[in-house]
Amino acid sequence: MNLNFHENHRLLYGTVFFGFVVLTVIIAIGPALWVQDHNRPLQRSRPLTEQEQRGLDIYVSEGCLYCHSQQVRPLDVDSPFGRPSAPGDYARLKPQDLWRMTPGLLGTERTGPDLSDVAARQSSATWNYIHLFEPRAVVKDSVMQAYAWMFEIKASPGPDDIVVPVPPDYAPPGGHVVATQKAKDLIAYLLSLKQVPIPGSTTETAQPRGGGAGTTSEMGARIYASRCAGCHGQYGGGTPGVFPPLKGDPVVTAPDPSRHIATVLFGLRGKTINGVSYAVAMPAHKSLLSDAEIAAVINHERTSWGNNAPAVTSEDVEKIRKEGKEGSD
Amino acid sequence: MPVNRPLAAKKTHIDRIIDEDYGLTRLIYAYAACASYWLVFGSILGEYLGIRFAFPDFGVHPWLSFGRLRPAHTNVVFWGWASLGMIALALYVVPRTSQRKLYNERLAWVSLGMINISVFAGVVLLMNGVSNGGQEYREFIWPVMGLFVVALLLLTYTLFQTVAKRIIPEIYISNWYIMAAFLWTIVLAVTAYLPWYQYGLSETVIQGYYMHMGVGMWFTPMVLGLTYYFLPKLLNKPIYSYSLGVLAFWTQMVFYSLIGAHHFVFSPIPWWLQTVAIIFSVGMFIPLVAGTGNFLLTMRGSEGTIARSYSLPFIFVGVIFYFLASGQGTFEAFRSLNRIWHFTNFTIAHSHMTMYGFVSFLIWGGTYGLLPRLTGREPRHVLVGVHFWFALVGILIYGFSLMIGGTEQGENWISGAPFIDSVKVLSSYWLWRAIGGSLMLLSHLIFAYNVHAMGPQAAAKVAA
Repeated sequence: MNLNFHENHRLLYGTVFFGFVVLTVIIAIGPALWVQDHNRPLQRSRPLTEQEQRGLDIYVSEGCLYCHSQQVRPLDVDSPFGRPSAPGDYARLKPQDLWRMTPGLLGTERTGPDLSDVAARQSSATWNYIHLFEPRAVVKDSVMQAYAWMFEIKASPGPDDIVVPVPPDYAPPGGHVVATQKAKDLIAYLLSLKQVPIPGSTTETAQPRGGGAGTTSEMGARIYASRCAGCHGQYGGGTPGVFPPLKGDPVVTAPDPSRHIATVLFGLRGKTINGVSYAVAMPAHKSLLSDAEIAAVINHERTSWGNNAPAVTSEDVEKIRKEGKEGSD
Repeated sequence: MPVNRPLAAKKTHIDRIIDEDYGLTRLIYAYAACASYWLVFGSILGEYLGIRFAFPDFGVHPWLSFGRLRPAHTNVVFWGWASLGMIALALYVVPRTSQRKLYNERLAWVSLGMINISVFAGVVLLMNGVSNGGQEYREFIWPVMGLFVVALLLLTYTLFQTVAKRIIPEIYISNWYIMAAFLWTIVLAVTAYLPWYQYGLSETVIQGYYMHMGVGMWFTPMVLGLTYYFLPKLLNKPIYSYSLGVLAFWTQMVFYSLIGAHHFVFSPIPWWLQTVAIIFSVGMFIPLVAGTGNFLLTMRGSEGTIARSYSLPFIFVGVIFYFLASGQGTFEAFRSLNRIWHFTNFTIAHSHMTMYGFVSFLIWGGTYGLLPRLTGREPRHVLVGVHFWFALVGILIYGFSLMIGGTEQGENWISGAPFIDSVKVLSSYWLWRAIGGSLMLLSHLIFAYNVHAMGPQAAAKVAA
């Protein structure tokens, strides 16, 4: 038998083929099986509801994952997006059906922000609907695709319809913007994207989540950009008729900061400011941000865009947090 | 005809091969023509997607949505353009170097039909929102990719039999690379699509393996194998070192296979897997230097021949991009640099440097070197020159704008600025990318026209 690769094609191509099969088992199939056998869903996580699962299907078929990662790396640069991702975060993912494989959500590009924990940063369904309909209505410089075709325009919406309060500049003529089932499912999925704590991990409470390094004023600006600017605008101008401006707002500029602090801590809904009534609820931040972080972001709001109100300390925040919601009014 | 050529050297004409097999010529032309159509279609999609970054509200129909067309673009240029373009040349090189007729031409025609149907069906499904749900290059659902794999199996069988029935004892080095590419890609696709070991994060382990080797075990070895034929052939001299080609072959197979996980550095997949991938990414310099060195040393002393040829400049650029882009890939794997570049537009620059600067240029060089010899029909030299310069300037603008933009994007994230700042930072680079992309698209229209001009039917008409 000729054992020369140069002359024996069976030997050459056999080695090439079976050699690669062995390498594939070592580097891909073996590790994949190991990962599969060693990871369970995190204790406090839950399976997606039926609606959220439909939303995930839309997320995949619309290719959201090409611009949005769901993978927080253990690096400072990723800290605004949540705690580092763990294998357990993905353990519930499985092939979608007979035709389609397990969704690959980690992503390779971050043209838009990471979504692993997006529901903690942006829990307002209303904001998400407006943003899906026309991203630039709430984020001026966004380059995201507008998903207007996931909405209908209705002259007289029914009582069960979700009417999206699109700001006047972006509202289509001749009716109200109403979410279709697709939009509802997708938003339901996005609002399910909330990281659960890793059992036994210290990062759950000890680390400031929105801040990172830098001075207090830098921290305030950073938290504002990642958690507040979506609705209230990068320059505090709000979103007309939907989310109130903070620039010149009577509570934000009041010498007594207690109502400002209480609003950030406990949220607010159905408020009328300067004659405009705002129907959309503001989420509570008491479990999302520490006292120091809340003080930093409040100070940022009280001293930016022409606002000039006295600063607060984390002790002020701590006091109102202890008094609770009732005590603050 | 004397022409005033202030900008370019006069190009040599190519003589037709006398005893060529007309049936095989038609087959090869059909592959090359289909490849050129997919290239034009794929780059129209790419151009459209690039423009979307400047005008995000442009085109709101669901079929035109960014998330659906991005995988359509990547899969069309992968499986439609580059795959068919390479196979066209392989269908000539394997029989030629085995000194045998292609074992079964009919099977190769069937494969061409199947690949076209597969890419077409895959694109229509993606535009309708049917995506397999994997990440890059795994978006066709399994029945569609299955058809593609069956086509590869038929081609593998035909080419294997051709080599097996060769007259000369030696298996030429091109046939190591070309046949290996077919065998590896079949293993790769089957591994990627079987579901049992892909629950949860395991999907990502397989994705790293697959997306990496889709490039490195299909396109890379195939175009290198083709270059081991076309470069010495067009220069009319032997390859510098046969042994370097063999060394590069085995190191490519072992090292490249192990480094897929470097696409997921800092991810939650096992840390050791990432470290193995980073270490062997450095090992990739062995096949890289061996391969590039071998080609450049073969070219040494033949600068005049290259300048007078209209196909060899493409091969020269392809070899240079092979070195630059593969080396760039190694650097991107280092944790210190990955921290800056991962998730940024730098990755997009890299993928275009490899699939375009390296793979596509080598395919063009081979196509311009081969088709006129088969059909006796030459393209207009000036149009080949326009294709060359538009494509080269286009990819340089494209690559550099996104490399610089991607680096700034990464630095911007590290600085802790609000996320939207990183989007604003990129806007001018995205504009440059669209300009580079426009030049690339124009060059592809010219290429498709040139392929048409080199077609055998046109030759038949002239003869009649």
